[in-house]
Order: sequence, then C-alpha cells, then structure tokens
Amino acid sequence: MVENRRYLTYVAHATLILGIVIVAFPIWVTFVASTHEPQDLLTSPVPIWPGGAFLENYRQVLGVGLEAAGGVPVGTMMFNSLVMALAITIGKIAISIIAAYAIVYFDFPFRMTAFWLIFVTLMLPVEVRILPTFKVVADLGMLNSYVGLSVPLIASATATFLFRQFFLTVPDELMEAARIDGAGPIKFFRDVLLPLSRTNIAALFVILFIFGWNQYLWPLLITTDESFYTIVMGIQRMVTVADAEPQWHLVMATTMLAMLPPVVVVICMQQLFVKGLVEVEK
Amino acid sequence: MKKRIVFNHRVLPYALLAPQILITIVFFIWPASQALYQALLIQDAFGLSTQFVWFENFSELIDDEFYLNSFQVTVVFSAATAFLAMSAALLLAVMADRIIKGATGYKTLLIWPYAVAPAVAGVLWWFLFNPSIGVAAYILRVFGYDWNHTLDGGDAMILIIVAAAWKQISYNFLFFLAGLQAIPKSLIEAAAIDGASPRKRFWTIVFPLLSPTTFFLLVVNVVYAFFDTFGIVHATTSGGPAKATEIMVYKVFNDGFVALDLGGSAAQSVILMLIVITLTVVQFRYIERRVEY
Repeated sequence: MVENRRYLTYVAHATLILGIVIVAFPIWVTFVASTHEPQDLLTSPVPIWPGGAFLENYRQVLGVGLEAAGGVPVGTMMFNSLVMALAITIGKIAISIIAAYAIVYFDFPFRMTAFWLIFVTLMLPVEVRILPTFKVVADLGMLNSYVGLSVPLIASATATFLFRQFFLTVPDELMEAARIDGAGPIKFFRDVLLPLSRTNIAALFVILFIFGWNQYLWPLLITTDESFYTIVMGIQRMVTVADAEPQWHLVMATTMLAMLPPVVVVICMQQLFVKGLVEVEK
Repeated sequence: MKKRIVFNHRVLPYALLAPQILITIVFFIWPASQALYQALLIQDAFGLSTQFVWFENFSELIDDEFYLNSFQVTVVFSAATAFLAMSAALLLAVMADRIIKGATGYKTLLIWPYAVAPAVAGVLWWFLFNPSIGVAAYILRVFGYDWNHTLDGGDAMILIIVAAAWKQISYNFLFFLAGLQAIPKSLIEAAAIDGASPRKRFWTIVFPLLSPTTFFLLVVNVVYAFFDTFGIVHATTSGGPAKATEIMVYKVFNDGFVALDLGGSAAQSVILMLIVITLTVVQFRYIERRVEY
C-alpha cells in the first residue's frame, strides 16, 4: 500500500463483503428453499432461514426423483453427469496431448494442415452447428448413449494449444539426451514429457471437468431416454412442467446437488483452477 | 512452431494425430459444411422436396422482423452483460488489491460462481425473481415496483442479464486482479508523492495500464454472452415474453428444432459462425500484440 488511509481500507473490506453477500445470496435462498416443506413455498415472502425438511427433500430427489419430470432419481442423473464429465475431460486431455506431441516433436507432410484443422474447431462451437451435428450423431446411432454424450465434445483446440505451448518451453537438451541414450519417441513421451506435464494436466483437468459437468445444450438434444438425463438439463425438465407451479422444494434441492460437485472442485483445487483458467485463455 | 531437432518416424505422427483429426472432421468440419450447404436450400415442411435457392434464406432473414429483433436483443443483452459483469468485477478487484490481510479468503469466496452452469444460474435467479414467491420480487414490490418477467419483456431481459453477469463476475475478477497486481508499484508511489489522490491515480494510471486486460475480457465476455448463455435463456424465459429475450443462439435452436425451418436455421448458423470467426480473429490478433507488449 502506498499511503496509510485507514478509511479506504475499511471501504475496501466493506465493498468486498457486500460483493460476497450479493454473490452468495441466490445460493442461500436456494439452500433455504430446499430445506422446507412444499406448503412453506406457496406464499410470498418465502422463508429466509432453513426449515426442517432437509433430509426428507434430499432423500426424495436422490432416490425417487420428480414424477412430473419423468421420475428419474437425481442420483441417476448425477451419475450420468459424472460419467459424461469424466469422459469428456479424460478424452480431451488424452487426444490433445498426443496431437500436440505429434505437432511439436515430429516433422511430416501436412503438419500445418493438421494444425489448422484443429485450430478451426475453436471457431465452431456446438451452438452454431446444432442441427447438422445432431444429424451426424443420429446417423451414427449414438443418440441416448454415453458415447454420444461425450465423444462429439472431446475435440479441443484449447487443450492442444496449451500442451503445444508447454512442449515448446521444454528444453531441447532433454530430447537430445534421451536420443543419445537410445530412447525412441514413445519412450521419451512416456518417461520424460508426461511426468513434466503433470501440473498442466491437473490444471486442465479442473477446468475441463467443470466444462463437462455444465454441458446443457448437447445432452438436451441427444437424450430422449430419461435414464440418460444429466442433472443440469434435468433441472430444466423439472421447472418447465406444463400448467403447474414447479415443486420448488425439490427443484431447489436438485439445483443444490447440480452445483455441488463443480463448486467443490473449484474451492478445493483453487490453485490449479486459477492456473488452468489463465493458461487456457493465453 | 516445432523443435529444432525432431523425431523421424513415418507412421507414428499420423497415428498420434488420428483421433483428434477424426473427431474434428466428423463432428466439426462435416456438420459445419452441411450447415453452409443447407443454408442455400429450402426444404418443404415434410422434407419431401428440396430446392437450391442460393442466398434466398439470407435475404429472407434480412427482411424478417423477428430476426432483426433477435439481433437487437442479442446486442443489448451482450453489451449489458459485459458491462455489468466487468464493472462489478473491476470494483471488487480494485478493493481486493488494496487489502493485504484476508485477500485469499475473499478470493475464494468470489470465484466459485464460475463453477455454476449457466442453466443453473438462470434457475437460481428465476426463483429469486419469481413474481409470486421470489424474495427479490417481494422486495421490489415493497418498494412499489410490480415485477413480472412473465409478462414484461424489460423485466425478463433484466433477469437474464443479471443471471448471466452474476456467473461471469468471478472470471473477470480473477483476470482484473492479476492485471492490477502486475502494475509496477513504483508508478503508483511516484504519483502518490506528486500528490495524486487514490481516485485520480486510478483513472490516470491504473485504468489505462489495465486496458489490455479490459479489452481481452471484453472479447471473452461478448463471446460468453453470445454463445454460453443459451442455457440461461432456455431454462428460464424460453425467449419470451413475446420474443423479448430471444437471443440469436436461442433462435437458431428454436427455428431448427421446434419450428423445423432447416434452411432458415442453417442460414442463421452461418451468420453466427461468421461472428465467432470475427471475434476469434480479434482475440488472437490482440493476444499476439499483448505478447510483444
């Protein structure tokens, strides 16, 4: 700090606390709503302190689900989300790290063509090619399957760029030494590059897990079978029940459960998360 | 681009690239070219006959008042979201930069909304502003404003802007804080010795030096508001009331999947593609400059 102005420090603390309260307020209201009986949430204003139906509500959504939304237990949806998120994360990291390795450590015809092909994916988010991509997946018979949920999303330019960037900073001497010692490309990758990339992989894992878990449009399009619903899209099915007010206490309990895994990941792995976020955007 | 010395292997590099390239072609390049092709076709309602019509779909879009409306909605929405999310984040970052004790604690408590899915963020705020039972709607009513986003287009727009901005604050906060911490303290000290007040120091020194970060975040926030907010709109307002919140991405989805106007939807996809390409190019050109800087 440049000069000692006491009141400015107080202002800073006050602003930050106010900011945190505003940011956290919707979550608090959601949590409170998820702990009440349905009749408490029928009249305005809704309670502002938690009620006594916490265990009941969460047990019901996890085990039974909502009748109006197809009656899929939220436990199943969370499992589907987890499978999808992990498949996307691991798939993206695996295919991009080997692609980056090929681009940086080999010289071959069409190297630049491959690089540009990968780069183009940055410019084609799912949202701009919804219908044709749906058609491809339908023709391949991948609707309502874990493969269909994850594989079309695992091509990633950002992850490839991140690894490429990182490989370029790895000293050339390492590779020279490895070659003198008689290590081939696969051995070099496995025993030298992979261990060096550990932090990058971990940081990317955090970011991609959140990305995968939060997918919305894609699962919405390709799952019609309730047993493949993911939790983020399942909530939408619960709030848009025809001709009736949603069952708020259960919807809110589901919302809390949908937020829990990614938020826990961010808070517990803050260092890696920040690193990943900054690197990915470079 | 590549290493000085490389491995020589005839098959291996192709094998390593194969999965990535295969997925890119099947799920990205091929569908995108299909969208380009379909944008030039008109199909009848039953999908029985298809006619090649060159740019008729596009000229129809230009005359379509609903399309112009959704364009306008998108511009207002993304400008407001970017402005709100960035100014709130900048304020919080400036404050957090002043504080030495407890800075990590504040940071932790501010970054987690990043992890909330857009659709879920939409539902949170939708509940808060629910006209009959929402807390925020109740408070507004106490102050004499009758909030109802199911009837009033303006209210619905504010709802999705707030939800979208709320989720983006943490991201902007992290980048602004990093930007602020990279500004040399000596500059600030020199200005303080010359008698510049904290406010003056901020506007004449800190804010201009922060402009690379600000510009970068502006692009990222606009991209976010254009594409990632589909979930917010779809899960809450569904583009209504009376198309007041129908952003372009939502309209592509709605026209293609609900109204089954394949040619029109594809033409809109193509326009969106052009927008993403422009934004990506801007982002990359600028990032290259920042590296030199």
